[in-house]
Amino acid sequence: MTFTFVILGVVTLAGAMAAMSLRNLVHCALCLVAAFGGLAGLFLQLDAQFVGLAQILVYIGAVAILIVFAILLTRGSESPQQPIVAGRWLMGVAVAALTFGSLMVSIVTSTLISSANGPKPNVAADISVKKIGAKLMTEYVLPLEVVALLLTAALIGAVIIAMEEQARLAPEGSQSH
Amino acid sequence: MLGEGIIKGLAETARNFVGSYVEADRLTTVQYPEERLPTKEAARNFPFLVFDGNDAQAGLRCVACQICEKECPPQCIYIEKSKDKKPDYVGKPQFYPKIFDIDISVCMSCQICVEVCPFEAIKMDTEFELSHTDRFDGLLFDKHQLAKSNEYYQKIHPAEAAEVDARLAAEKAKVEAKTKADAEAKAKAAAAKTAAPPPAPVPST
Amino acid sequence: MTDVLDQIFILLKHWVLGWPCWPDSLRPILSVLLSIVPLMLVFALLFGIATVVERKAIGRIQNRYGPNRVGLPFTDIRLAGFGQFIADGIKALTKEDIVPRAADKVVHFLAPVALIVPVFLAYSVLPYGRNMTPIDMDAGVLFFFAAGAATELSVFMAGWASRNKYSLLGAMRAIAQMISYEVPLIISTITVVMMVGSLSTVKIVEAQADYSGQLPHWHVFTPWGLAGFILFMIAAMAESNRSPFDLPEGESEIVAGYFIEYSGFKFALFFLAEYLGMFAVSGLAVTLFLGGWTAPLAFLSWLPSWLWFFAKLLALISLFIWVRGTVPRLRMDQLMNFAWKFMLPMALINIAAAGLWFFLPAGFDRWAVCSAMLIVPYVLLGRGLMGGKLFTKRTYRYAE
Repeated sequence: MTFTFVILGVVTLAGAMAAMSLRNLVHCALCLVAAFGGLAGLFLQLDAQFVGLAQILVYIGAVAILIVFAILLTRGSESPQQPIVAGRWLMGVAVAALTFGSLMVSIVTSTLISSANGPKPNVAADISVKKIGAKLMTEYVLPLEVVALLLTAALIGAVIIAMEEQARLAPEGSQSH
Repeated sequence: MLGEGIIKGLAETARNFVGSYVEADRLTTVQYPEERLPTKEAARNFPFLVFDGNDAQAGLRCVACQICEKECPPQCIYIEKSKDKKPDYVGKPQFYPKIFDIDISVCMSCQICVEVCPFEAIKMDTEFELSHTDRFDGLLFDKHQLAKSNEYYQKIHPAEAAEVDARLAAEKAKVEAKTKADAEAKAKAAAAKTAAPPPAPVPST
Repeated sequence: MTDVLDQIFILLKHWVLGWPCWPDSLRPILSVLLSIVPLMLVFALLFGIATVVERKAIGRIQNRYGPNRVGLPFTDIRLAGFGQFIADGIKALTKEDIVPRAADKVVHFLAPVALIVPVFLAYSVLPYGRNMTPIDMDAGVLFFFAAGAATELSVFMAGWASRNKYSLLGAMRAIAQMISYEVPLIISTITVVMMVGSLSTVKIVEAQADYSGQLPHWHVFTPWGLAGFILFMIAAMAESNRSPFDLPEGESEIVAGYFIEYSGFKFALFFLAEYLGMFAVSGLAVTLFLGGWTAPLAFLSWLPSWLWFFAKLLALISLFIWVRGTVPRLRMDQLMNFAWKFMLPMALINIAAAGLWFFLPAGFDRWAVCSAMLIVPYVLLGRGLMGGKLFTKRTYRYAE
């Protein structure tokens, strides 16, 4: 447990906590970004360059922006007056515990941990971006294609929804001119 | 084709860029403190007081009639009349301003004071470098700062000054002619008076 | 001698590191500092000079003099106006720092900091010369774009925290524009990554370091490379909010955009970040397409490598300035249409062209096929986007 790990862990956890508990939605989003950044730092510290940088590129560069846009374009950024604790918090706790448990089990039972009784093999060093790419293009090409298909479908779906709305709005718009 | 206009535009700006170093007449900017354009003859900004002769205070044309003070729309002129009199350009004794202040931070350069002055004593200046670190006293001009010679006036507004000088000269000539005529008439009258009572003897001249 | 000159900064650094006065525990930190501090100073100075050069060049383009007064402080030396940035810097430092009462104080303060840090981070993977890459990362290009992506959020933070409708509008515009143009920017980069087979900036430069005869093997001298370079530069202009893509700070509409409520040094930081972003993305363009630190002709290779990098960087900066002095600002819908209807398809076609170039045997055929593959869609897309609109001379109803 190194000094950097402590800092990154604290940033990640504090960001996540703040993202849950702050009143102002934009503040929550920004704290979430801090958590994402801490997570990316953890990945980078583990020498997983591709995952770490993709985390920044996708989560900070795109997902966070999307969240922020969604907040601004819907309810506005005024802080709500009523407390924002969901009614069914018991359910939430259950889901969180379940997720944590399943992750925990999969990590503990993974081959990496069980085989690492001796000195830890330096796994990360030979995982280059090139290797990830080669794996994606050979062994995991089918999942990749499925994901691509899913994303394309989602994109087309979004366009169609937007077009319908535009078609519906168009006559009103032309009248108001 | 797409992008054609941008290429044309880039060529044009490149021509301007290079041309500005080659052709001097492309750069129309006058680099002010070192280079300056001659002021236009009709240029005007703030009033000043004209004096004749060499002594600025003795030669002031102003007779402290206070018309300009009353007419000034923003009321930036302050005049105090003198107790004694001094001779003006024709030699007639006149009052003169003991205090004549113009607050040029208030003045709006309307030239009404010039229009109303019956003595051609106040005219518009072209001096514009008047900035001062003290915005109250530094911009309040007294009669010593305001007094400028008739030669200066002739220099900045030649045509107008020539006209004014001609008018003043004509007036002076008229006054002189009149005084002369008066003197002659007086002399004649005196002569007639002296001649009349004793009818017989011929005046010995 | 040429080798010494080429590696002079590396040798200097090692010489300083070798001084016996440093304790061993400090040496790694010192090494890092010796890499970072000169870079920051050089690029901050370049920022200062670039602002003056830009104003002078745009002045000349408009047949004006531009700044030519301010020289060294407290002297009469004028330096043809190149002291202007010192005066501007002093002014920015001494101005009052105003925070609007309604602003979100913390976010308002954090925004310029959160902007300048990733911008400087992006510099850590650029190869400035032979052996002069601060971090030779396996995923260098990816790191660059990750750092670039992190700036978008700080723009939003600045715009939102100011609680000003103009700043929010500017931030929304900036984010929409940056996200839209990031796509063609990255896709046009992918061609280079495909051909080189590496994301490391050092390897990308080394792949272009050969010469056939006197001519270099830069990527820009291939059809896909030229197309990629042009697409990259257009997208880079939009990414760094430079004119003609300066809508986020369109002076005539929203005053200063997302940094309207900033003053003093924070404003200067935004300004600095904008220029540094431009330099960084120009540096990446040099690395990807213009052969990095390699000489443009083989017999010029005796000049130090870092000199070539900075020469190319300055050339690209002048291109930025030249375009700024030429092209008027786009409208928002034109901006978006251009990104999604022209840049994106062209970038995708460029990937295909690059793939074809890779597999076809070298020769004239390869040139012809790849060029045709890029020129035909270019012409067709251009026609299609014009939509049969014929631009005629505008007539005015009331004038004259």
